[in-house]
Amino acid sequence: MTETSSRSKPIEAWITGIGLATSLGEGLDAHWEALNQRRINADEKSFAPYVVHPLAPVSFDAQIPKKGDQRQMEAWQRIGTYAAGLALDSAGVKGNTDILSRMDMIVAAGGGERDLVVDAGILNAEAKGNAAPGFLNERLMNELRPTLFLAQLSNLLAGNIAIVHGVTGSSRTFMGEEAAGFDAVRIALARIAAGQSDIALVGAAHNGERKDLLLLYEFGDFNLKEKFAPVWTREQSSGFALGSGGAFLVIESRAHAEARGAKPFARLTSIVADHARRKRPGEVTSTLESLWSKLGSRAEATAIITGATGAEPVTSEERAFLRAHPDIPVRATGTMFGHALEAQFPLGLAVAALSLSRGALFAPDDSSDQEIEMSEPPAQIVVIGAGHWRGEGMALVEAIR
Amino acid sequence: MTAMRDKSGRPVVVVTGMGVVTSLGSGKTDNWARLCAGESGIRTITRFPTEGLRTTMAGTIDFIPVEPFSSTDLSERLANIATEEAVAQAGIGSAGDFPGPLFLAVAPVELEWPQRHELGRVIGSDTEIDYDQILRVSGGGAFKKYHRRFLFGSVADHLAETFGTKGSPISLSTACASGATAIQLGIEAIRRGEADAALCVATDGSVNPEALIRFSLLSALSTHNDPPHAAVRPFAKNRDGFVMAEGAGALVLESYEAAVARGAKILGVMAGCGELADSFHRTRSSPDGKPIIGCVRNALSDAGIVADQIDYINAHGTGTPENDKMEYLGISSVFGERAKQIPVSSNKSMVGHTLSAAGAVEAVFSLLTLEHQRIPPTINYDVPDPAIPFDVVPNAARDACVTTVMSNSFGFGGQNASLILTREPV
Repeated sequence: MTETSSRSKPIEAWITGIGLATSLGEGLDAHWEALNQRRINADEKSFAPYVVHPLAPVSFDAQIPKKGDQRQMEAWQRIGTYAAGLALDSAGVKGNTDILSRMDMIVAAGGGERDLVVDAGILNAEAKGNAAPGFLNERLMNELRPTLFLAQLSNLLAGNIAIVHGVTGSSRTFMGEEAAGFDAVRIALARIAAGQSDIALVGAAHNGERKDLLLLYEFGDFNLKEKFAPVWTREQSSGFALGSGGAFLVIESRAHAEARGAKPFARLTSIVADHARRKRPGEVTSTLESLWSKLGSRAEATAIITGATGAEPVTSEERAFLRAHPDIPVRATGTMFGHALEAQFPLGLAVAALSLSRGALFAPDDSSDQEIEMSEPPAQIVVIGAGHWRGEGMALVEAIR
Repeated sequence: MTAMRDKSGRPVVVVTGMGVVTSLGSGKTDNWARLCAGESGIRTITRFPTEGLRTTMAGTIDFIPVEPFSSTDLSERLANIATEEAVAQAGIGSAGDFPGPLFLAVAPVELEWPQRHELGRVIGSDTEIDYDQILRVSGGGAFKKYHRRFLFGSVADHLAETFGTKGSPISLSTACASGATAIQLGIEAIRRGEADAALCVATDGSVNPEALIRFSLLSALSTHNDPPHAAVRPFAKNRDGFVMAEGAGALVLESYEAAVARGAKILGVMAGCGELADSFHRTRSSPDGKPIIGCVRNALSDAGIVADQIDYINAHGTGTPENDKMEYLGISSVFGERAKQIPVSSNKSMVGHTLSAAGAVEAVFSLLTLEHQRIPPTINYDVPDPAIPFDVVPNAARDACVTTVMSNSFGFGGQNASLILTREPV
C-alpha cells in the first residue's frame, strides 16, 4: 500500500459491508422489515423501573462457532464479535485471509462488565462487619473468574474479532462513550481517504442489559424510567433507555472494492466531529450548525438519521438545530433501538447505508411533529451524534447510483 | 536536515516537547538520572492492605497525593503533569490553547471499590445489598460527580479543556501497546496534513486491589516480593512476571516544517511506526512469532529503513517468561545474527510496567537515549537466559553512538506496535 501525500485529492470510500444485531433482530432484511413496520422492542419490566431495549435472540454459534470462544467473552463482546462477522459476510470477505490479514480494525468500546453477585456478596459481608484488612483481597482472589478480566478489557472486543474472524491488519480500540463511535469511523475514513489504509472494519457493540451500566448513568439521572416514550417526546421525563446491539461496517476505497467486484451500499463521504465544552446554553446547537456547514454540499433529497439520546439539555439543543433545517425528514435511532452509547453512531451509519441501498428512508416512528414521511429516494443521509454528556459528530453518506 | 518530507513524500514528524512521570520521579531530569543510575522505582505497596495477595509490590506513584484515591483520578493527575512538562518544553501555542488534536492512551475506566463501599454504606446494614438497592440510592444527584468521573472519556475531556486541544479528543486502548498507538495516531494525523501539531499522551494509575488481583489471577505478575527493587528481571533466566507500575508520558509532535517555521528545538524524529494484530490467543503471542516479526518489519518499512540501521532497541521487555522469549524470537528473526550484538534494554526493569502508559514513557526514554547518547541498563540481570542471547546492557548504563532506536510494545488481545525514532530525518 502506498500512502499518498497529504495534499492529493481524498480517495473515495464505500461502505461495502454492514453487520447489525440489535433489539430488532439480526441481519439487514430483518432490520429493514422491522424499521418499516415501526417495531420497537422496549422492555419496561426486566430492569424496572429502567426501560431497556434487549437484544433479540440470535444464534451466536453462527458467527462464533467455538463454544470455548463464546465462554471467553461477556455479552458485549459476543454481540460485537457476532455483528462483526455479519459485516464481513455482508462485504463478502469472510474467510478471505488475504484481505483479512491486511484489514485495519477500529472498534469503539466500553468494557468492564462486572460479576454482580461477587460485588454484592462483598458489600453484604462488609456491611455485616467483615472489615479486616485484606478482606477485599481474599474475596476477590477467591471469587473473581480469571478470564472475567479479559471480558472486561476494552480492547478485547477487537481481540476477539481478530481471534474469531482473523482480522489482523491492525487493531485499535477507542473509548469515550458516544464520541468513540464517531471518532472510530472518522479515523478509519481519514486513513482510507489519505491512502493510509485500503479496507477497514469499524464498529461497536453495547450490552444495555447491565445493572452496572445503569448505575453509571443513574449517577447522573440519565436513565429513562417507568414508561417507554419516543426520543422526541420525553419532555416530562428526559433520559435514555439503554439498548443492546452491535453495528459494524466494512469501509474500503472505491478502487479496492471495484478490484474485487464488491457491491457498495453507499459512499461514506465525510465525517466531522467536535467537543463543545457545553458550559453555556446553545453551544451544542451552534457546534452542530458548524459541523453541518463543514460536511459539504447537500442535494435536494437529504434525510437525517440522528442518535439523539433523549437526555437533556443536549436533546433540546439538537432540536433547535433541526428546527433551523426544516422540511428535512429526520429519524431518531434512539426511539427504536434505545441508546447504545459507543455503538449508536455506527448504528446510525448502518441504517443510513441500508436506506440508501434500498432507495427509501424507513418509516417515521414518532408521534411528535419531528419526524415526517419521505416519499422520494434519499440521495444523501446525514448521520448525527450528540453525546449525552460530550461529543458531537456528523457524517455524510451518499447513494451510489 | 533539509527535507521536510520523507521518502514517501509525507510530512516528516518531529518531537518538540516531552514529559514523563514514573515511580522514579517526576520530570525528564529526575527520571533520566535515576534510570542511568540503574535505580528501581518498585516498592512494597502501602496504598492498600496487601494481606492475602501473592504480589505485594508495584511501581506506585505515592509522591503525588490524590485524595480520595481513585485510579482514574491518579491517571488524570499524572497525565496532567507529563503534559505540562511537554507543552512547556515545546513552547507551542499559548496557555490553554494547544494548536492540535489530543490522542490519549488511558486504562479502561470503571467505578472502583471505594465508591462501591460508599454506596454500600448509604444502603446500610439492615438491607440485603444487591444492584437493585445500589441503583435505588444512586440517583437524585447525590453521586452526580461519579457519572463524570467514571465515563471512559473523562480523562481526555479534562486534558482537552486544560490544554485547549482542538477537535474531538480520542481516548484509546490497545492494552500494553496503548502509548505507542497514541503516538501512531498523532504521526498519522500530521502525515495526512490534518494537523501541524498533535498532543500524544499516555497515562496509567492502575495500582488498586482489583486491578492487581486480575493480573495476579492470570499469573502474569512477579511474586519476587522481597526485595521489591529486584522483582523485575527482563530477559533473565529467573524472571517470573511483570510488575504493575504507574506513570505517564506526553509528547508534542509537529510537522518538521511547522516546527522549523516557529523556531522550535527539535528533540527527535518519529521516523516510522508499525502494527500488526495477532489472532492466536487472548493473552499469548502466536508461537511462530509472525505477528511480532510483521509488526517490526512494518515499522522498518514505514520508516523507509532496514534493520541494519537500528542501533538500539528499547524492548517491551516485561519480564514475563512468555513475552521476553517471544520478543527474542521476533527480533532475532528480523535482525538475524545482529540480534546478539545490538543493545536491547528494558526500562521496565526499573520503572516496572506502566501498562497503558508504557509505549509513551518508553518513547520519551528512547528520545533521551538519542539526546544523551547513553543507553539505560536492564537491571536485575544476574542470571542470563541462554535462550535469549541479547546484549541487554546488563545492570549498568553505557555510552554509545545511537542514531536510530526501535521501541516495541506488545499487549493482551494480540496488540503489537513498534516505533522508530531518530535524531535526524532519514
